[in-house]
Amino acid sequence: MEDIKPVPMNKKFFTPIVIGLSLLALNGFLFLLARFVFGIGSVTNLDNQHPWGIWIGLDVAAGVALAAGGFTTAALGHIIHKDEYHAVIRPALLTAALGYTFVAISVMIDLGRPYFIWHPLIMWNGSSVLFEVGICVMIYLTVLYIEFLPIVAERFIGRVNLPGLLKRLNNPLDKFLRILDKGLEKTMFIFIIAGVVLSCLHQSSLGTLMVIAGPKMHPLWQTPILPLLFLLSAISVGFPMVILESLITSRSFGLKPETHILSNLGNMVAPLLGIYLAFKIGDIVIRGTFVYLTTITTASVMFTIELLFGVIIPLRMFLSRQISKSPTGLGIAAFLVIFGVFLNRLNNFLVAYTPPYEVHSYFPSIGEISVTLGFIAFEILLFRIAVMIFPIVSVPTLSAQRTKYTVRGGAK
Amino acid sequence: MANQSRRDFLKQAALVGTAVTGLSTKSKAAPKNSLSEDRMGVLVDTTVCIGCRKCEWACKTAHNLETPPLESYEDRSVFENRRRPDSKALTVVNEYQKNESEKIPINVKVQCMHCDHPACVSACIVGAFSKQENGSVIWDGDRCIGCRYCMVACPFQVPAFEFEKALKPDIKKCDFCFARTKDGQIPACTEICPVEAITYGRREDLVKAAHEKIKNYPHRYINRVFGESEVGGTSWLYLSSKEFEELEFPKLGKDPAPGVSEAIQHGIFAYFVPPVALYALLGGVMWINKNKKNDQETEI
Repeated sequence: MEDIKPVPMNKKFFTPIVIGLSLLALNGFLFLLARFVFGIGSVTNLDNQHPWGIWIGLDVAAGVALAAGGFTTAALGHIIHKDEYHAVIRPALLTAALGYTFVAISVMIDLGRPYFIWHPLIMWNGSSVLFEVGICVMIYLTVLYIEFLPIVAERFIGRVNLPGLLKRLNNPLDKFLRILDKGLEKTMFIFIIAGVVLSCLHQSSLGTLMVIAGPKMHPLWQTPILPLLFLLSAISVGFPMVILESLITSRSFGLKPETHILSNLGNMVAPLLGIYLAFKIGDIVIRGTFVYLTTITTASVMFTIELLFGVIIPLRMFLSRQISKSPTGLGIAAFLVIFGVFLNRLNNFLVAYTPPYEVHSYFPSIGEISVTLGFIAFEILLFRIAVMIFPIVSVPTLSAQRTKYTVRGGAK
Repeated sequence: MANQSRRDFLKQAALVGTAVTGLSTKSKAAPKNSLSEDRMGVLVDTTVCIGCRKCEWACKTAHNLETPPLESYEDRSVFENRRRPDSKALTVVNEYQKNESEKIPINVKVQCMHCDHPACVSACIVGAFSKQENGSVIWDGDRCIGCRYCMVACPFQVPAFEFEKALKPDIKKCDFCFARTKDGQIPACTEICPVEAITYGRREDLVKAAHEKIKNYPHRYINRVFGESEVGGTSWLYLSSKEFEELEFPKLGKDPAPGVSEAIQHGIFAYFVPPVALYALLGGVMWINKNKKNDQETEI
């Protein structure tokens, strides 16, 4: 049996794409600077009728959903204990950790008073959905970092090599890493289960968030089962994210795609999407809101695109044996699911939201788009840096060695 | 993890369980919300209002907001545009025509409605909003983090944000002159109104008075008191000669605005049972699958 083992990628960092991404990130950073100097109003198109724009609707809501690969693969690999998927857990974990970090940053830049972001920790409001989402995301982000620590330990145990004056810290640091690694090895399951529970909670609560907007939200989306729809769509987008990201990583680093694992993952997407689709259609039928689809409006068109291209077509694609065996087919189908969930969050938070007394409808400003694109670009760059430093991406090796939860670096 | 014993597992799982439930003991300084029988309210009779906008001036003066001199408020050209309360004006008066033939203006004062079950109070992440005993819904600037969820939640789209401020932007809305009513004064707008179009009093009495007026002058008013039951009732009540929706009042149901959202939220978090149960379930699944794996490995 061929054994695969995660190793740091060894490639040139700068490529034309990397330079392009760096420029995008820099551009976003400049607009961000303007936001902190001149206030939110100066760079965004937000007003009293549209308090939330794409920084919340996309960066936060879609960001959380698209980081769902972390908890879905953790559930599959660690809780259902399917060892064959271990190769995709680490990249998914990294994506989730990075994704949530940027969710937190996005929340912070959107807050009017970012320096009070710690207030929810001591000022509680149990009836606030946002409070629950905030607390869950904070704890989950911590859990993700803890889950990532063993990878850091694996990389540096026996290899701590600080320069100059810091040299004398080498030994204690190495010892500390070993103790940390040992301790985490025994307790990791606590964090893994906590991660899945916290994810289920805030993924669904993110849906509850807009319920309080009541009639301000278009009936096609406004439903009491929003939390369930958000949870189901987050679960179904988890594996497609892993598939697409794995395909892109392989391509970028010139590796052979893990087609076997990926198409097995793909086989699980169809039933998950099917359940989501059933609830989504059941919802508009039972509430009778499908009548809004009979006229052509922005809402009905967006809803149709979301459902047709984001759910129905990829569902059919994942059901096809031929498509789920080819990397290209898998890539396209996975992309469509991601697009669907992305659009769903955009629709829920922005398109469906039609407040009274609107002076003009909301469309993101150049500043808002720049910051969002900049964050995405920066995130991809950090992902690339991380996989070059840490053992994250798995490659086939000859030595059959268990890599999960064992202390490495040799005896001292 | 492979050499994890069953006892350790259960012990640690139990520990986490208690830790999580421990957190559920209620918050530290949750804002005091009350719905007193004697809460105050204001009855706005739009058939009496003459659109002098003195209330706008009084409001700005009472809240230390910048304002032009009182005389300038006589300029009626502002009515050409629809205005909304914002961070610089907590109340505004708009003008509508009764109908095509009769050129009688209807003036409508707009401000926070001070709901009995406010969506902003329910939504606020840090509990910066509270419903006071005298009916006021007020905002606590020391708590606010500027997330603007109150603006998403408010069914009347009232809270305004100081988008132009980089440091310490506030949420601005009518506070029912809480600083004045605390000391026994009446709200600034009700004090200045020259025609008594706005009456301050116990909400319960105002509801009765409103219905009395409708009964006595059936041709003057439509048979409806806006705010009596909308979103579960509001402290500010309106009388009108024309359907309220035609005067740009939002079309709202009788259920309190935070209703469904709070029900879902409390359902998911009922005494933390569902999350803890999910944790236990996943722990069980993990343990069973791990043992299965170990058994298979020993068989080989």
